[in-house]
Amino acid sequence: MNRKEAPPITEAVNFTLNLKPYETLTLDNGLKVYTVNEGTQDIIQVEIVFSAGNWLEATNGIAAATNFLLKNGTTHKTAFEINEAFEYYGAFCSRHCYNETSTLSLHALTKYLDRLLPVMQELVCDSVFPAHELELYKQNSIQKLQVNLRNAEFVAGRLIDGYVYGEKHPYGVYTMPETLEHLNEEEIKAFYTNHYLNGEAVLFVSGKLPGNIFELLNRNFGSLSLRPATFQYPHREVNPAKEKKYRIENDPSSVQGAIRLARPFPSRHHPDFKKVMLLNGLFGGFFGSRLMANIREHKGYTYGIYSYIQNHLQQSAWLISTEAGKEVCEATIREVYKEMQLLTQKPVKKDELQLVKNYMMGTILGDLNGPFQIMSRWKNIILNRLDERYFYDSVKAIKETQAEELMELAQKYLRPEEFYELIVY
Amino acid sequence: MINFERFVLSNGLRLLVHTDKSTPMAVVNVLYDVGAKDENPDKTGFAHLFEHLMFGGSKNIPVYDEPLQLAGGENNAFTTNDFTNYYCQLPAENLETAFWLESDRMLSLAFSKKRLDVQRKVVCEEFKENYINKPYGDVWHKLRELAYSTHPYRWMTIGKELKHVEEATLEDVKIFFHKFYNPLNAILVVAGNVEAGQVKLLAEKWFGPIPSGEKYMRQLPEEPPQLAPRTLEVKADVPLDALYKCWHIYPRLDDRYYVADLITDVLGSGASSRFFNVLVKEKKLFSNIECYHLGSTDAGILVIDGKLVKGVSMKLAEEAVEEEIQKFMKQGVEMKELEKVKNKTESAMVFEDMSLTSKASSMAIYELLGDASLINTELEKYKAVTPDAIARVSKEIFNKNNCCTLYYLSNN
Repeated sequence: MNRKEAPPITEAVNFTLNLKPYETLTLDNGLKVYTVNEGTQDIIQVEIVFSAGNWLEATNGIAAATNFLLKNGTTHKTAFEINEAFEYYGAFCSRHCYNETSTLSLHALTKYLDRLLPVMQELVCDSVFPAHELELYKQNSIQKLQVNLRNAEFVAGRLIDGYVYGEKHPYGVYTMPETLEHLNEEEIKAFYTNHYLNGEAVLFVSGKLPGNIFELLNRNFGSLSLRPATFQYPHREVNPAKEKKYRIENDPSSVQGAIRLARPFPSRHHPDFKKVMLLNGLFGGFFGSRLMANIREHKGYTYGIYSYIQNHLQQSAWLISTEAGKEVCEATIREVYKEMQLLTQKPVKKDELQLVKNYMMGTILGDLNGPFQIMSRWKNIILNRLDERYFYDSVKAIKETQAEELMELAQKYLRPEEFYELIVY
Repeated sequence: MINFERFVLSNGLRLLVHTDKSTPMAVVNVLYDVGAKDENPDKTGFAHLFEHLMFGGSKNIPVYDEPLQLAGGENNAFTTNDFTNYYCQLPAENLETAFWLESDRMLSLAFSKKRLDVQRKVVCEEFKENYINKPYGDVWHKLRELAYSTHPYRWMTIGKELKHVEEATLEDVKIFFHKFYNPLNAILVVAGNVEAGQVKLLAEKWFGPIPSGEKYMRQLPEEPPQLAPRTLEVKADVPLDALYKCWHIYPRLDDRYYVADLITDVLGSGASSRFFNVLVKEKKLFSNIECYHLGSTDAGILVIDGKLVKGVSMKLAEEAVEEEIQKFMKQGVEMKELEKVKNKTESAMVFEDMSLTSKASSMAIYELLGDASLINTELEKYKAVTPDAIARVSKEIFNKNNCCTLYYLSNN
């Protein structure tokens, strides 16, 4: 045995990856349900996605407040009773508000599904938004925000979005304590009526599904006045900031700076997107990337540095994000630009490219493990109005993209002068 | 039910294999029986710093990460007060790559000065990011020091202070490696699309030739019973006052551990818990309050952790917490509440077992506790907890002499 020699491997780049197809159901009211029936454990995830993100609100904060308060009171149940109804069966009911969409989701042992879906239905069609719950929500979210505002990472994340999209755009807008202070009960109720009660929705159901899944879903959601999602959103103009460079002091005693660099980038529909995902991997997408190797593993400026493309539906941004020692923040930014330039000047060597490709393929293979992960891929494809070709073309892009193409893409997008640059101390 | 086979190699390395054919992946998990509690009090943070050095190349392999990534794999590690755990996940057909990498670093590290210099800086940045540059970031330093007078749970895995990390030498690294990183002090778990026979052969091939080393005999100072209440007041530049209270509980394998775990759920986990409903929703004294425990191997602590609503007095808030605890001790737990927290425990376990990496590390941790098959019997222990046991154990825990309180006050 020679320990200096690596055992032979199967190159992951040669794997054939398959995304298990979904099946669909259509409820009596036309609502579409995507299902993936799979898994070794008797558990299930039911997720309702509504067209009820902040893209559709007239006043900042309304979409998020409505989504949050869905669980805080119906005609027949108090917030406590709702929570107890789920928790008694060891189930988790969570809700999240995003830009275009919002969700209400249930994770449960399959055996309790029939007892839990009626509660979920009640939240969708019978929420009452009690005044005292709204007051408490205001008070507690203001306090939480005040704590977050002391955290440089949180502040930097908000500001950079504001620069890229403009502070009035749904992707760039951020909440201030005053915004929360002024949340209005009537407006929340109207948003609920328009976007939940009579809104657009689509369902994603995955895990070990019971034989009567259609009947269960149809009984609980098939006669609601919800409509099938069209995924159409009114146009909203971006208004990027003129100034590119920012240095902000948030806390005079800080020992680190939160660094964010960002440039606008098109959506997943753009022909460059899939190949750029590979370039991003090489640049800062994983632990073996150029940024991590140089700035963490060689210089020790940071605990971690990553680049990524935001997962937005309509347009996006390419970001670099890290927290670095206060005295090395400027040096960190210089190194990021150096790495960008290097990618524009020299094609990546064969071995390094092969490594990134294998790594990314291995990660996708590992990610397709289990029903929830498979569904999460599908959900992303469907909400982006793409189809299975997107998955297979992405795999193809990893397999086939050449070093020269990556260099050309770097020349097109990794231009330091086009990046917003922010340090929050 | 998680099925596995258990072997012990001739050098003493324990091996567990769990076959799961539903995945194309394999996980190789190596747990070393050394945590922050085994550190010298003047050189804290070392077990965790050492974990970083384990990725800096070994005797025969100059870099760890690249060959694994080339094989389509990824890896990570974490250090706790009790142990250090390394894992990698890769396509099952490339399983041997993980054996090659993991066995070489158990055989011998590269001990690179340059690696140590850089990783000291990286860990210092990790320290700053999580414990200095964050509001309330130093709470756990303070709370551990208050709760533990003697036991090395007194310090956090990141270390007591930056200085300890900054002053670590290559000599320290060598001593640490030879003391703790050997087959007798490790547990190897392989899970996923693998066969026990094939794994055993690979383990004998790659790990078999590594010398046993010397078994580390742990002799930690025991924490004496706390005989009087302890309090500490801290003022910091944070927006809200916060209240932390903790009580000493039981070692991981004590029957009362399971009871204490359920008590934390009843009191303060989730939006249907008592604290949330009385203290956040009804009385509006806290904007958030939780109750949990640290799950440590030796006797741990049960913690109440709450942020006060602006303008509420600390005295009033604390009295309300005390009142809830008194009520709980006097009236006990309701049957429905107990059912609820047992159901929650069951589903949390099932959800955890969805992930292959989490299954593999759980098996290693249970083996460290003495028996990997505990993974299949834990739920029964929770189900057996009675209202009487809850009443008895809560009286034991919530004794005022057993309590530490940290008032973390806003100075603006």
